[in-house]
Amino acid sequence: MATDIIIHDEKDNVGVVVIEKITPKQDCKCWIMENDTSKDIQSADEIPLGHKIAMVDLKEGDTILKYGHDIGKVVKSIKKGEHVHVHNVKTKKW
Amino acid sequence: MEIPKSFLGYKRENGRAGTRNHVIILPVDDISNACAEAVANNIKGTIALPHSYGRLQFGADLELHFRTMIGTGCNPNVAAVIVIGIEPKWTKKIVDGIAKTGKPVEGFHIERTGDIGTVMKASKKAQEFVMWASEKQREECPISDLWISVKCGESDTTSGLASNPTVGNLMDKLEPLGVHLCFGETSELTGAEKVCATRGATKEASDKFMKTWSAYNDFILKEATDDLSESQPTAGNIAGGLTTIEEKAFGNFQKIGNCKFVDVLEPAEEPKKGKGLYFMDTSSAAAECVTLQAAAGFNIHLFPTGQGNIVGNPIEPVVKLTANPLTVKGMGEHIDCDVSKILSREMNLSEAGDKLIETTLRVANGRLTCAEALGHKEFVMTKLYRSA
Repeated sequence: MATDIIIHDEKDNVGVVVIEKITPKQDCKCWIMENDTSKDIQSADEIPLGHKIAMVDLKEGDTILKYGHDIGKVVKSIKKGEHVHVHNVKTKKW
Repeated sequence: MEIPKSFLGYKRENGRAGTRNHVIILPVDDISNACAEAVANNIKGTIALPHSYGRLQFGADLELHFRTMIGTGCNPNVAAVIVIGIEPKWTKKIVDGIAKTGKPVEGFHIERTGDIGTVMKASKKAQEFVMWASEKQREECPISDLWISVKCGESDTTSGLASNPTVGNLMDKLEPLGVHLCFGETSELTGAEKVCATRGATKEASDKFMKTWSAYNDFILKEATDDLSESQPTAGNIAGGLTTIEEKAFGNFQKIGNCKFVDVLEPAEEPKKGKGLYFMDTSSAAAECVTLQAAAGFNIHLFPTGQGNIVGNPIEPVVKLTANPLTVKGMGEHIDCDVSKILSREMNLSEAGDKLIETTLRVANGRLTCAEALGHKEFVMTKLYRSA
């Protein structure tokens, strides 16, 4: 079944775009690899292949979870469906 | 898929098997490169391995230099070796180290003879070696003779989603067959280090890993002038959607599947605890890492990439795979194994793992990799600190 976004783990609050790009207000199909289930989300931004989308609203200081693990902190609030990247998330290391 | 139990390799004097049959011209130091390249130019079918170091190094840095040089010569993908250095003593040390394998090796030093005389003498010996090696035939070797190293590069989120887990799937399937496996990239496990440590097969291996990673992290904290955000993740990683080192690390870590590592190796150190997975303390720079793994005796390399790294190695064939359809489309000449159908769910991980096993065995049997066909021969020494 075709999928637009892949989510590694059920606990993750971000997904990865796996088609060339998604456009604003696109209804996207998501596949959660860990338990082989599906969910839907509407995008807010244009997001290219390989980049992340917020699956929930996130506020400054929140932890981004991917692979079920902590991959960094939110430095600027993010709404569900928005692009998650270096402009709003930073490492907790170094 | 029924996994083949053997491949066609070159049997070596010490019982190892090679996937290639190179005759190499190995310079001991930077100033002997010209001589080594002249010999390789004279004698067809030989290959020179020029590099930038080998003078006035000392301590652990010098030991690593010798270990890398000797290990490269000892690699079973190498049939015979000509060593050329400026001075007799260090040249002999490397020749003696390689000679322990029983393979043909001869050293030449340039002092008191000059380039032209050395090139003449070394060329005569190189011709003898290459004509001898050209008669070697591939023979059936058990699959356990494969020593497979892995390292990813120009990663993006498709690496963590698909191409790295494909390598992990291959490891899960080949580990029970008795192969040696090796992963490295100490820096790029940062963020996943605690999870990685739990994958030690013994408490000793786990502790050794944490000690190695902590030493690396202390070095970064001491030397860093910023938060490393210009280096880790790289600009290519960021373009591909990777945001933080932690995200990169968890993606990287997918390469080992469910395997546990039996030991932690120094850079270029040969594994001594038998079959299974090893972690090696390496830089995450592609050419440095592969050079160290080849020097430890690994005879075939798997390299998952996202945005399209193009690295090769002069003696260890580097098999590239990607799950990024844009990379397949834009630079397909660098990709040996396309697993992009995982993203469209037209291929599952197990099918991708089988496809990679098939590709790996074809390359082990002699098929050229993309990097070999394109002439990639990156041989890069790891240097630990300033020379004297």
